[in-house]
Amino acid sequence: MRNGLRVAGALVGTAALLALAACSGDSGNDSTGGGTDAASGGNVEVFTWWAAGSEKAGLDALVTVFDEQHPDFTFENGAVAGGAGSAAKDLLQTRLQANDPPDTFQAHAGKELTDYIDAAQLEDISDLYDQYGVKDVFPADLIDLLTVDGKIYSMPSNIHRSNMVWANPAVLTEAGLDPAATYETMDDWFVALDAVKATGKTPLSVATTWTQVNLLETVLMADLGAEAYNGLWDGSTDWESPEVTAALEDFQKLMSYTNTDRDGLDWPEATQLVMDGQAAFNVMGDWAVAAFEEAGKTAGADFTYFPVPGTDGMFGFLADSFTLPVGAKNPDGAKAWIETVSSLEGQTAFNKAKGSIPARTDANPADFSEYQQTAITSFAEDTIVPSLAHGAAASIAVLNGISDATSKFTSGASDLAQYQADLAAAAAE
Amino acid sequence: MIQSARRWGPPLLLVAPSLILVGVFVYGLIGINFSTSTTDMHKAAQSTGQAPVSRVGFQNYLDLLASPEFQHSLMNLLIYTVVFLVGTMVVGFVWAWLLDKPIKGEGFFRAVYLFPMAVSFVASGVVWRWLLNSNQGENASGLNRLFQMIGLDALQNNWWNNVTFGIAAIAIPAIWQLSGYVMALFLAGFRGIPDELREAARMDGANEWKLYRHVLFPQLTPIALSALIIVGHMSLKAFDLIMSISKPSNYQTKVPAVDMYVFKSSFDYANAAAVGAILLVIVAFVIVPYLISLNRKEKIR
Repeated sequence: MRNGLRVAGALVGTAALLALAACSGDSGNDSTGGGTDAASGGNVEVFTWWAAGSEKAGLDALVTVFDEQHPDFTFENGAVAGGAGSAAKDLLQTRLQANDPPDTFQAHAGKELTDYIDAAQLEDISDLYDQYGVKDVFPADLIDLLTVDGKIYSMPSNIHRSNMVWANPAVLTEAGLDPAATYETMDDWFVALDAVKATGKTPLSVATTWTQVNLLETVLMADLGAEAYNGLWDGSTDWESPEVTAALEDFQKLMSYTNTDRDGLDWPEATQLVMDGQAAFNVMGDWAVAAFEEAGKTAGADFTYFPVPGTDGMFGFLADSFTLPVGAKNPDGAKAWIETVSSLEGQTAFNKAKGSIPARTDANPADFSEYQQTAITSFAEDTIVPSLAHGAAASIAVLNGISDATSKFTSGASDLAQYQADLAAAAAE
Repeated sequence: MIQSARRWGPPLLLVAPSLILVGVFVYGLIGINFSTSTTDMHKAAQSTGQAPVSRVGFQNYLDLLASPEFQHSLMNLLIYTVVFLVGTMVVGFVWAWLLDKPIKGEGFFRAVYLFPMAVSFVASGVVWRWLLNSNQGENASGLNRLFQMIGLDALQNNWWNNVTFGIAAIAIPAIWQLSGYVMALFLAGFRGIPDELREAARMDGANEWKLYRHVLFPQLTPIALSALIIVGHMSLKAFDLIMSISKPSNYQTKVPAVDMYVFKSSFDYANAAAVGAILLVIVAFVIVPYLISLNRKEKIR
C-alpha cells in the first residue's frame, strides 16, 4: 500500500514536471508567433538596434510615415538595445540560424551582408528598386557598391560619412593655430598636431579598437587615393605594397598623438574630450554632430569640422539598410516597409531626426541642418568610397581580423612589418 | 523481477526527466560542439548547407594551438588564473583569520567583506573600467588619480593596457568580489575545529605558529581545496568581467572565452567550437581529479 502511494506520488511529480515543460514551450511559441496575424496586412516585425537617442527618434519618425503610407499594416518594433548593435547582431545570427527571421532587419549596406547572402538568408530585391523607381535617384557609385553579382539585397535608409575631423577652436587658438584652417595632406596636419602637443593637451582623441580602425581607413583613403583604396577590397591593391607601408607609418604617427586611455573608451567619450577642451581633434563619423548638438554646442563657434586631411573629395560612406530575409512571415509587409524606407518622405523624416543624410539625391537640402547640407553636397559631388569600420568595405570576418591586428599593433604587441603582414592575412580571408 | 521493478521504478521515474534533460542539453550539446569542432565550417554559407562541409579531424585544434594569437590568449588565461587564485586565497584567509579572533562587530565585517559577491561582474566591471583608467600624469583619473592625491605617484601604471600583464589588473576586481566568499569558507573551517584541539596543543607546549602549522592547517586543507576548485573554475570561464572592462577586440585582454565569442560573431563556427572544447578540457583537468578524490573519500567512509 505504501509502495503504491509512492509510485503514485512519483507519477504525479513527473506529470507536473512535464506539464511545466509543455507550458513554457507554449508561451515561447506565442511570443514569436505575432507576425502571422492574418487580419488586414498583418504585423511587420522590423528588427533594428535603434533603441535610444536620435536613432530612436528617427525610427519613430519613419514609423509615422509608414502608418500613413500603409495603414493596413501594423509596425512591430523588434529593436534590441546594447553594444552599438552587437547585441542585436548576436540575436539576429541566432534567429536566422533557427529559420525564425524577422520580417525585415537593419544591416549595414555593403560587404557586411556577404555572410547572409552566402548563407542564402536574403532575398534579391533588385526588382523593388525598379518598382519603387529609386535607381535614378540614388547615386550610381552607391548602386555599384550595393550590387553583388548583379543583385541588390538591401535598401539604404540613410547615409553617414566616416572621414570627418571634429575640432575644438579654443584649443587650436591656444596652440597658436588658425581654427578655420584646413589641411591639405597628412604632413600638414602633423605640424598642427605637434603644435597642440606642445601645449600639453591631447592632440588627437581616439577610443577603442573600432574607432582606431575608423582612423586607419581614413589614413588609407588619404595616402592611397580613392582608386587604390577601393582596390584593397577587391584584391587589385596589394596590402604588402610600399604605398600601404607608408600609410601605416602615418597611422602609427597619428596614434602617437592620441590619449593613452583609448582602449577603455567608446566614441562618445573620445568626442567628449574635444567638447571639453581636453583634446584638439577627433576623427569620427558624422553621427558625432548629433553629440555636439545635444551638448548645446554650435558649429563654427564651439566646434569645427572638415574632411580628414588628404580625403577632401572622397566620401567615406556607410549606410543602414533594410533587407528581405528568406522565410519572412510577412514578406508583403516587409516590402511595404522597404517602400517607405525608400520613399522621399520616409528618408526625409528619418534623416532629419537621426542627423544623417538621405540616400536619395532628390531630397530638399533646405529641410536639413547646416552640417547635413554640406554632407548632402559632398555626397552628390564626391567620389563615394566604402567605409571599412562600418561593414561597407569588407565582410565581418575580414573586419574582425583587421580589428584584431590593429589592436595588437596599437597595444604595442606587434611592429609595423608584423602589422602589415597581419592585415594582409586578414584581408585575404 | 516485479519486486526489483517496484524498488527501482519510482526513483528512476523521478530522476528520469532531469537525466534526459541533462543528457540532451548538456552532454548532447557537448557532443554536437565537439563534432562541429572537427569540421571546416569556417563560413556562414556552410552553416546553412549552401557550401559543402568536410571533416578535418583535429586540424582546427592544431591550427589554434600553433597560432601566436591563441597562445597569447592561453597565456593571459594562465596569468589571470594564477593572480586571481593566489589573491582570493590569501586575502580570504587573512580576513577569516582576523574575524576568527573574537572581535567586536564580527557580523558587521563579515557582511561587509561578503557583500561585493552580491554585485554582478558586469555592474562592477563598469565601475572598475573607470577606476582602472590608464591615463597618467595630468589627465589621470580613477586609481591613478588617487595615487597622485596621496603622494604615491610612482604607483601609477597603465593597468590592463599593459600588453603582457594587463590581464592581471582585471583580476583585481575579481579578487575584490570573490575574497569574501573564500573568507566565509575558511571561517566555517575555523569554526569547525573544536577548541579542545587548540587547548590540547597549547598544553603540549606548541607556540602559535606550531599550532597553526600542525593542528589548524591540516584541518583546513579540504576547505582550501574546495575554495581552489570553485574559484579556479570561475576564473577559467572568465568572460563577463573582461567584456565589461575591456572590449572583445582588445588584444591585451584576450582570453579563450573572448576568442570563442569573436569566432562565433565572424560565423566561424568550427573554430568557436574548438575553442569551447579546449576550454572544457582545461576545466576538466581541474575538476575531474577533485571529483575522483572526493569519491574515494566517500567510499572509505
